[in-house]
Amino acid sequence: MLRSEEKPFEEILGYLEDQDRVFILGCAGCAQSSQTGGMPEVLVMKERLEGAGKTVTGHSVIDFLCQKALVASRLQPLEGKVMGADSLLVLTCGVGVQSVAAMVKKPVYPGCNTVNLGGSRGEWQGSERCMECGDCLLYYTGGICPLTACSKSLRNGACGGASDGKCEVSPEKPCGWELIYARLKEIGRLDVLKKFVPPKTWNTMRPRPEILSTSLWALEQRD
Amino acid sequence: MALREALDKGKFAVTTEVGPLKGTDTTEILEVAEILNGKVDGVNVTDQQSAVMRLGSLATCSMLVEKGMDPVFQMTCRDRNRIALQSDLLNADVFGIRNVLAISGDFPTLGDHIDAKDVYDLDTEQLIWTINRMNEGYDLADNELQGKTDFFVGAVVKPVSDTEASFELQLAMMEKKINVGARFFQTQAVYDADAFENFMKRARQFKIPVLVGIIPLKSAGMARYMNKNVSGVFVPEHMINDMAKAKDKMATGFEIAARLINDLKDLCQGVHIMAIGWEKKVPEILQLANLT
Ligand code: SF4
Ligand code: SF4
Repeated sequence: MLRSEEKPFEEILGYLEDQDRVFILGCAGCAQSSQTGGMPEVLVMKERLEGAGKTVTGHSVIDFLCQKALVASRLQPLEGKVMGADSLLVLTCGVGVQSVAAMVKKPVYPGCNTVNLGGSRGEWQGSERCMECGDCLLYYTGGICPLTACSKSLRNGACGGASDGKCEVSPEKPCGWELIYARLKEIGRLDVLKKFVPPKTWNTMRPRPEILSTSLWALEQRD
Repeated sequence: MALREALDKGKFAVTTEVGPLKGTDTTEILEVAEILNGKVDGVNVTDQQSAVMRLGSLATCSMLVEKGMDPVFQMTCRDRNRIALQSDLLNADVFGIRNVLAISGDFPTLGDHIDAKDVYDLDTEQLIWTINRMNEGYDLADNELQGKTDFFVGAVVKPVSDTEASFELQLAMMEKKINVGARFFQTQAVYDADAFENFMKRARQFKIPVLVGIIPLKSAGMARYMNKNVSGVFVPEHMINDMAKAKDKMATGFEIAARLINDLKDLCQGVHIMAIGWEKKVPEILQLANLT
C-alpha cells in the first residue's frame, strides 16, 4: 500500500491557474484508506474548486487507479465530461496519477503527495522495512536492516549521536544501531560487530530494465 | 611539534579546534592561528559543524599550513560521495595537510539547510579504510594513484554513554576503526575522571593514542544545555553549581577545565580542547593546566 497526503490547496490552484474546467478523479484503493482520494475527499475538492471559481465537469472514484485497463474502461462512459475538461486533478498516490496520465490525452495533475514509508513492507504490514538494496547486509546486523533502521543508513555501526537509545535525527525513533546491538547480544553474536562491512555498491539499488516492465502487459493494451 | 611526531615520541599532545565562519571573511581564523601557533601540536578544523553551511575545512586547513601549523582536516561522510571524498583527500595532500579526522557528521536536519539530501555513501569506518587505501597508493576502484597520500588518520569515540548498547558499540567501533587504519582518537568532552577511567580500562588494550576532549564551561546554562542536547556529555551537578555561583564565569570555567586536564592527564596520551568561541584563550587554559 502507498500512503498519500493532501497537497496544499494553494499549490493545486497554482497548477490550475489558466484552466477553468477540471475533472476530478479519486481512487477507492490506497487513497481511500489514506483518506485522501475516496468519495468524501473528492466531493470536498469539488466544492473547494467551485468556490475558487472553477467548473468541475465531472468526478469519479475508481477502484484502483493503478490498474490502467480499469481506468480506461471506467472512464469510457464519462468520456464527454473528461474530454470536456481542460485537465484532470487526481487525488491519489504517484502511481495512480501516472497511470491516469498514461491513459488520458489531457494534462493530469497530482492532488496528493505520496509519502515515504521508509522502505518496502511485507504483505503483512509490520514494522520491518527493506530498501531493496540488492546486496543484503542482514548477516552483519542480527537480522535488523541497517539501511532502514538507522536514519543515516550506516553499515558499520552507530554514529554516536543517540540519546537514551533514541536517534539523533528523530528522537521519537529508536536508534537502529542500539536495536542491532541488543539483537546481536541476544543471539550471542556480538562478535560480528567487529567485522568490517566494505563500501557498499549502490548500483544494485537501480532496478534492472526487465524488472521495470510488467507481466500484466496484456491488460495495459489500450486500443 | 607536529601531531604525529608528538604522539610517536610519547609527548602528551595538545590539540584544539577552530570553526570557520559563514562567508569569506577569514580575519578571525587568522587571528586565532596567530595566537595558537607554536602553542599546540595540532588544530582541528571542523567540517560544516552541526550541519551548518560555512567556509570549508579544506581551505581553512590549507591556510593554517601556510602559517606553519599542523591542521587536522575533519571530514564528515554527510556531504560528499566517495568520488568527492577521495578527490578532496588528494586536494588536502597537495595542500600539505597531513592529518585527517573521519566522522559521520550531524544529520542535515540538525543544521541550517534542513532540506539538503544526506549522502553517507561511505560511513566513517569505510572512509578510514579508504584513506588507508589511498595511503597505499590506490583509490576505491583499485586504480593506482599517480602519487599516493600519506595521512595520519584520526577518529572519534564517545567515552561516556547513557546506555549499555551505546557504550559497547563505541568500544566495538573503536576497535573496528583501528583495524581499518585509525591511528589516534579524539573523544567527546569529558567531565568525570571516574567515568573516563571506566572507559580507558577497556580502551587501553587497543594501545592507541587517545586525546581526551575538554570543553571549557561558559555558564551553568551552557552546561545544562549540553547535558540535555549533546550526546555523551554529562556535566556533574557540582560543576554546574560552581558555574552558577561564579562571579567571573570565564575564570571558573578555565579553572574547572585545567583541573579536569590534570585529573585526566595520566589516563591518556593527550588533550583536545574545544573552546567554542574562546579559541584565542586556549593558551591561558594550557598555562593553568601547566601544559606550556
Ligand atoms: S540490507 Fe538491503 S536487502 Fe537487506 S533488508 Fe536492508 S535494504 Fe533490504
Ligand atoms: S542515532 Fe542511531 S539510528 Fe540515528 S543516525 Fe545515529 S546510529 Fe543511526
